[in-house]
Amino acid sequence: MTTTSLTKSRGAGRAGDKVFSGATLAAGCLILAVLFGVALFLVVQAFPALVASPDKIQGGQGFFAYIWPIVVGTLIAAVIALAIATPVAIGVALFISHFAPRGLASGLGYVIDLLAAIPSVVYGAWGAAFLAKEISPLYNWLADNMGWVPLFQGPASATGKTILTAGIVLAVMVLPIITSLTREIFLQTPKLHEEAALALGATRWEMIRMAVLPFGRAGIVSAVMLGLGRALGETMAVALVLSSGALTASLIQSGNQTIAAEIALNFPEASGLKVSTLIAAGLVLFVITLGVNMIARWIITRHKEFSGAN
Amino acid sequence: MTSTLTPVRKRSALTKGQLPKAAPYIVLALALIIGAAILALIGFNAFGWGIVAAILFTVGLVGWSAAVEGSRKAKDKLATCLVVGAFLIALLPLISVIWTVLVKGLPGLLDPGFLGTSMNGVTGAFDNKSVEQGAPVMGGIYHALVGTVQITLLATVISVPVGLLTAIYLVEYGEDRALSRAITFFVDVMTGIPSIVAGLFAAAFFLAVVGPGTKTGAVAAVALSVLMIPVVVRSSEEMLKIVPNELREAAYALGVRKWRTILKVVIPTAISGIASGVTLAIARVIGETAPILVTAGFATTINNNVFGGWMASLPTFIYTQILNPTSPSNPGPSDQRAWGAALVLIILVMLLNLGARLVARIFAPKAGR
Repeated sequence: MTTTSLTKSRGAGRAGDKVFSGATLAAGCLILAVLFGVALFLVVQAFPALVASPDKIQGGQGFFAYIWPIVVGTLIAAVIALAIATPVAIGVALFISHFAPRGLASGLGYVIDLLAAIPSVVYGAWGAAFLAKEISPLYNWLADNMGWVPLFQGPASATGKTILTAGIVLAVMVLPIITSLTREIFLQTPKLHEEAALALGATRWEMIRMAVLPFGRAGIVSAVMLGLGRALGETMAVALVLSSGALTASLIQSGNQTIAAEIALNFPEASGLKVSTLIAAGLVLFVITLGVNMIARWIITRHKEFSGAN
Repeated sequence: MTSTLTPVRKRSALTKGQLPKAAPYIVLALALIIGAAILALIGFNAFGWGIVAAILFTVGLVGWSAAVEGSRKAKDKLATCLVVGAFLIALLPLISVIWTVLVKGLPGLLDPGFLGTSMNGVTGAFDNKSVEQGAPVMGGIYHALVGTVQITLLATVISVPVGLLTAIYLVEYGEDRALSRAITFFVDVMTGIPSIVAGLFAAAFFLAVVGPGTKTGAVAAVALSVLMIPVVVRSSEEMLKIVPNELREAAYALGVRKWRTILKVVIPTAISGIASGVTLAIARVIGETAPILVTAGFATTINNNVFGGWMASLPTFIYTQILNPTSPSNPGPSDQRAWGAALVLIILVMLLNLGARLVARIFAPKAGR
């Protein structure tokens, strides 16, 4: 009697264990399946566009001729965003980790995190309605005084809705990402390294250059890469801010286009081969961001092993 | 006998070449005055004044320090000025965005019926009338609110079980196997998927499975889940990891099965962190525009069925009202509605962020000792 009840209850417990661990395993595998599915379904749906005769694709010169200007446009916008955001983000991270008064530091961290909480469409609306208008006098000035540089060739856009404005909005959006990652890394600097530098008579800046920055170099690089991944894939800021057009070198004229914005602007009304073309563009974006993110993650894991040895 | 002299000499050696304590304030006051004077010559505005004063302050303080204290201290002062300047620059867009949304959004939000009516039947004619004859702006965001709440809820219902179970697998069962390392790596990679690609995936998936033209709230919820799951996994994993091992061992020692230990001991201990992580994940996806744009289409009427028909949401409402105003000749009322919706969206996101902190505090495990 007692033995049967014991075995019974044990049987039920073992079943519970099996079901539960099976469920967790299934959930984990589902995630891998989803990521695989993202790649698979994008490839399947994009396939018609990749093999279609060139004259059927928008522009009439095949998929490659369609995609490369917007790939370049995407890169231009992302590079502008990073060029602005990286120094500011490192400065902000240093301010919060090493310069701000202790009591204020975490509160200031929340304030910067608020930047990340604002939805991208609001940034887009802000960029289009406020920033573009305010910044267009600067573009006119650049066109008048620096026009001999191809990047600032006039005539400047009257509305200010240029790739440079879009890049600035993107910079604001990736700033909190880079800041929060680099801040974490700066805070991990071994206290003894910092104190040793200060004890040798270093000023605060010399201490940061000798102890904090070398320790955080890999982390900074990977944070910037993650910011790059975000900037490449950001849609709304560009779709609302940029008045798009053909690829141009000038940053202060309207023109250029990014992959994400191209998809967002055209997908809702697309049908047939156009859908395939846009999904193929999405596939290209997916591959680019996947590569960037994997490199960033690889740097982080390598760095982890390295710092574990210290 | 020299002992009385030496300290005096040392003191002077140390204080020699130091700026007085009030130096930054003196330079700041001078920079503000000179900056105002320069700006008065070329036309005054507060923003330019701030920039000119900041540059003058940096140059003045660093120059003075270089002259008195030497180049090392001057470099230190320069770095401090630049770092503080970077922080102030980062604050500018935050203040500007919130100010713009408040100023432009309040008239829309205070419009009677803004939260309670949809855009059903609101045509350009009404907008023209409100601009030309001063009639109140018609239309509202009720349909978009309904859509946002339903899509986000469905996405949460999909993401939380999957994300939480995966986190449990990684922490409790993974044991650093190849599979768990692969999941960790690809979850990290998934956090970097562009939102529009997640939307395209959901669209391509339903295009292949259901057929062309499938645009419903459920497709959008699947797209949002792709973005939400990695966030839930990461935050839950962190929270499960900090549950002390002693608790698990105590339960095992009492003969409790592993699954009951996890359900009754581990998760209740970590529930505050998990709940706040989920809330933050909701806050992240509720503002996503691009995936909804390519999956749920755009509706002007109230749609209570998340599995059928096009659906509006707050972000896509803002987007379309700005890009395709209801009345192309008079975009004013559409603008007002868009900014009103933006204000509502920001308030929602901020409430969720605040809620996450409150949840973390309320459900925090009672610290016994």
